[in-house]
Amino acid sequence: MKLITAIIKPFKLEEVRTALTDLGLQGMTVTEVKGYGRQKGHTEIYRGAEYAVSFLPKIKMEIVVPTAQVDKALEAIQRAAKTGQIGDGKIFVSPIEHTVRIRTGESDDNAL
Amino acid sequence: MKYNELKRLAAMGGAASAFLLGSALPTLAQDAAPTLDTGDTAWMLTSTAIVLMMTIPGLALFYGGLVRKKNVLSVLMQCFAACCLLTIIWMVCGYSLAFTEGPYNAYVGGLDKFLLNGMGKESLSGTIPESVFMMFQMTFFIITPALIVGSLVDRMKFSAFLLFMGLWSIVVYAPVCHWVWGGGFLAGDGVLDFAGGTVVHINAGIAGLVACIVLGRRKGYGTDNMAPHNLTLSVIGASLLWVGWFGFNAGSAVGANASAGMAMAVTQIATAAAALAWMFSEWLVHGKPSVLGVISGAVAGLVAITPAAGFVDPKGALVIGVAAGVGCYIMSTGVKKMLGYDDSLDVFGVHGVGGIIGAILTGVFAVESIGGTAGLLEGNFAQVPIQIYGVLATVVWSAVATFVILMLLKLIIGLRVSESSEVEGLDVSLHGESVQ
Repeated sequence: MKLITAIIKPFKLEEVRTALTDLGLQGMTVTEVKGYGRQKGHTEIYRGAEYAVSFLPKIKMEIVVPTAQVDKALEAIQRAAKTGQIGDGKIFVSPIEHTVRIRTGESDDNAL
Repeated sequence: MKYNELKRLAAMGGAASAFLLGSALPTLAQDAAPTLDTGDTAWMLTSTAIVLMMTIPGLALFYGGLVRKKNVLSVLMQCFAACCLLTIIWMVCGYSLAFTEGPYNAYVGGLDKFLLNGMGKESLSGTIPESVFMMFQMTFFIITPALIVGSLVDRMKFSAFLLFMGLWSIVVYAPVCHWVWGGGFLAGDGVLDFAGGTVVHINAGIAGLVACIVLGRRKGYGTDNMAPHNLTLSVIGASLLWVGWFGFNAGSAVGANASAGMAMAVTQIATAAAALAWMFSEWLVHGKPSVLGVISGAVAGLVAITPAAGFVDPKGALVIGVAAGVGCYIMSTGVKKMLGYDDSLDVFGVHGVGGIIGAILTGVFAVESIGGTAGLLEGNFAQVPIQIYGVLATVVWSAVATFVILMLLKLIIGLRVSESSEVEGLDVSLHGESVQ
């Protein structure tokens, strides 16, 4: 099992969700986050006072998938979240040791 | 000007019926006293309600949206509580000090109407019930100190704030109101102020400037991000102010008449012109036309047309609006930054500066056929100096008295919250509440 953590543009959330659902992947956890990468921030001006806004709003999406489906999932996320503009985000993949479904006690791939 | 006539009438009536002191009907003692006009009364009832709406929720939302999220409730609270406190003070002594004759009548009224004594159901003020006139003026008494909230936000103790509001309204507002509208020396000297350029806006603007200097800057001013937390609230607030201002300016005709109609028209024109002027100035200088800019410009225009509303024509209003939009933009952005004072929400930059621009330009653009007094453009060279004199009198009294009140409060109870309260935000630290 792998944990896929994707940082994406907020308005791309629905497209990414649809793309993953179409692969048959169920469930994900989404958090509204702020951050910056190469895109950096921007400045805002209020009555002449300039403020640098370094952290931009993004969506952090976490989804655990069976190892066999990781490549397809990564491709789907990338396809759906890409605009080609700076600030499209990143995807991280990390191993997961163990998974349990609380209601039934099923574990690992069966619990996904 | 209508006020002056009206109050002179009332004053004469009062003198003639001195032997009836305590009578419920002082103004009726005069034979020529006008009778109640239902049209005038209906308009003034309406005006009163919408001027109250300017403070709550108009001004409260305008200011509330401009502060950081941790302080929004404290601003709404300051506006709302001030509204309640000032209502009671006006009832107890404010109205009397502003609108009765006193032993030092050039400077302040008397206490004949302490606790609204003598204001009966049938009492008239001109063609409207005195109760309505008293209420209409009360809404001005409420909004003027509430305007100062904008320069105090994020850092003032609530107890000190309430005392400041109360003392300022009695020591500063009531006398200045008396000078201009209650038969005091500025009215006698011919200063034109239709709806409160001096009484309301210069008065509050200067007090705001003094207050922000005495209080000191917000912690982190210039380094922390103090961007407005919700400009949507501010747009709603500014729009309510705009609508309410028709009550303020057209209501200051104290009747449903031609003067009110023209006041409404010039108010709309000056406001739109100022909003565009600020927006384009900002677009030119900073590259983007901002929402905050266009609403700030609108308020600046509303302020500047206030003294002029019953005296100028639409063309004059257009120029006054543009001047206010550009002038207030420069003062609230460049000059404030240069001088380094933390007039947090630009009470001075918008109300003080807009008020001064409007008061002086009233002397330029006054049209005799509209308000009875000619301005500079019609060849009356005396009016501009008189207007400047009115501005200076207000500036000096407001600055000195505000400074003394605040220094006294600073010595006795202190003005600022603790540094940790300020960092935590006033919503939680002063009121035990927060917006999530």
